[in-house]
Amino acid sequence: MNIINIEHIAKVYQVGSEEVHALSDVSLRIDKNEYVAIMGPSGSGKSTLMNMLGCLDTPTSGKYDFKGVSVSDMTDNQLAAIRNREIGFVFQTFNLLARSDALHNVELPLIYAGISSHERKERALSALTDVGLRDRIHHKPNELSGGQRQRVAIARALVTNPAIILADEPTGNLDSKTGEEIMAVLHEIHQKGNTIILVTHEEYIAEHAARIIRLRDGLIERDEVVTNRKAPKLKEAVN
Amino acid sequence: MNNFLFELRESMVIALRAIKANKVRSILTMLGIIIGIAAVVTMSTAIKGIDNSFQSGISSLGTDVLYVDKWAWFSNEEWWKLRNRKNITMAEYEKFRELAKLPIASAPDTKTNQTVKYGDRRVEGVFIHGSISEYIRTVNFDFDQGRFYSDIESNSSRDVVVIGSEIAKSLFPRGDALDKTIKIGPVNFKVVGILAEQGSFILGPWNPDNLVYVPIGAIFKHFTNEAWNSLTFNIRAPSPAMVEETRNEIEGVMRKVRGLTPGEEDDFSINQQEGLINNYNQVVGVIQIAGLFITGLSLFVGAIGIMNIMFVSVKERTKEIGIRKAIGAKRRTILGQFLLESSTICLMGGFIGFLLAVLLSMMINQFIPTAVQYNAVIIAIIISLITGVLAGFAPAYTAAKMDPVEALRYE
Repeated sequence: MNIINIEHIAKVYQVGSEEVHALSDVSLRIDKNEYVAIMGPSGSGKSTLMNMLGCLDTPTSGKYDFKGVSVSDMTDNQLAAIRNREIGFVFQTFNLLARSDALHNVELPLIYAGISSHERKERALSALTDVGLRDRIHHKPNELSGGQRQRVAIARALVTNPAIILADEPTGNLDSKTGEEIMAVLHEIHQKGNTIILVTHEEYIAEHAARIIRLRDGLIERDEVVTNRKAPKLKEAVN
Repeated sequence: MNNFLFELRESMVIALRAIKANKVRSILTMLGIIIGIAAVVTMSTAIKGIDNSFQSGISSLGTDVLYVDKWAWFSNEEWWKLRNRKNITMAEYEKFRELAKLPIASAPDTKTNQTVKYGDRRVEGVFIHGSISEYIRTVNFDFDQGRFYSDIESNSSRDVVVIGSEIAKSLFPRGDALDKTIKIGPVNFKVVGILAEQGSFILGPWNPDNLVYVPIGAIFKHFTNEAWNSLTFNIRAPSPAMVEETRNEIEGVMRKVRGLTPGEEDDFSINQQEGLINNYNQVVGVIQIAGLFITGLSLFVGAIGIMNIMFVSVKERTKEIGIRKAIGAKRRTILGQFLLESSTICLMGGFIGFLLAVLLSMMINQFIPTAVQYNAVIIAIIISLITGVLAGFAPAYTAAKMDPVEALRYE
């Protein structure tokens, strides 16, 4: 099934008197349970594309259908609802609420989804257990290691059962060993049937995905299937 | 509706978390509101206390009493014109009494300033009022013990005295003043009556609690010459409704007594409490407006403080707002979160301010009888809420309309 269907989208920013074409003409489809990496050097438009895919921003022109519903001209509140229910974000800088413990951070999207506090707690606990942090639920971000923080963020992304997980440089702030662990967690999530979109500029990270979309100057340069896909050592990672 | 309550409750929890997480800042912010609310409530309490006292003082003097005097209480006349009037004398009082038919009671009144002593206790600068026994019928006094001096005592200028409650307390802390002999200046007087507390501190030197009353003859005998001072006549009308009629009669009789020809101006004034009340209302009105303005100003400054802190808080939490928006917080959720935060700060501040006001009122109560206005609680709550919402709105709105992409990028 087609989750994301983008046709000829462009994004133009007005910087002073100059127009900047962050995305010129991008068309792309992503199906359910795909594992896609979006690559490109800085300035290639991959951040803009990610914001677009994550419904944080709307295109200047073109068509974006998410699960068959047009996103292109949704209001702020409708976009917020889509982000809440359908998209799970994993950021490079984790973006956890610093003053809240792991449990509350994971509960947060459920609060905005209007789910009762009892069910919320249950689901957040189960998501934290899935990423191996059952015994760290009352730790605040500054009491957790980088890898653990990213796991909390992954639990937060998963807790609403979203249609896609959008991971923006998820290993960018981690050492390579921890990064590998996080990739293993993502791999496992993918194995369970989730759709993952990974934004990165590191080739060896992108190679975890099954498909790589390369951007340059606001255009898709190449869209290829990965042949020599990396499979992380699962056992070591989760537990 | 359920959904709304859910959001409200969750936003409340988030707001409380934020306040708890920034204790020092929250308390500093609250200070403005605490001071503002404490000032407003204390002010209204003090004004009410002053008012109560005035009302009880006024009623102890009687609303149907007129005062014939050389001086006018409130007038536009030149001061020297009043000074040049002839003194009002006892002889004039006798004539007046013969001619005036309407008044149900009238009494001359003069006063002198003396030290009052009993043993080694003393009160300095007490006004000693001299009158006749009928004086008691021109006022509304209650007695704690004893009685007013009698006809015989006043006619024969006996050295007897009736004392006000404060004087009695000062000289006789054990409350055994009756029949004791006190010294007024160098002269011995026997206490025949003690007045009950009138509680009208606002009248200052005219507060009966601080006065003593002796027969007028005793004053002339011991303290002052009759010719030195002008008398006041206290005259009671038959009823409050007859005050105007009585006033007209008094004017006619006084003109006759003082031998004024038709063309001449009155060389006396007829004073009335109405003037006092009007004047009082004006003064209290000004105090009220000034007081509310000043205290309102402190509340306003407090509100600006809150707005300022909320702006800083929004700026500082830009990233947090970005995160919340990214994971699905709607505009109104963010708006609600910050509005609730500022309202909660204001409500807490209002509550603390009110408690402070109660304490302050207790302290003021040592000097002025105050009455804490418990409906002021409701007003305080409403004011704090409104302040919170108003001060919080602009910052909250700024937060609500932030672009999530920009906000997430903020460091």
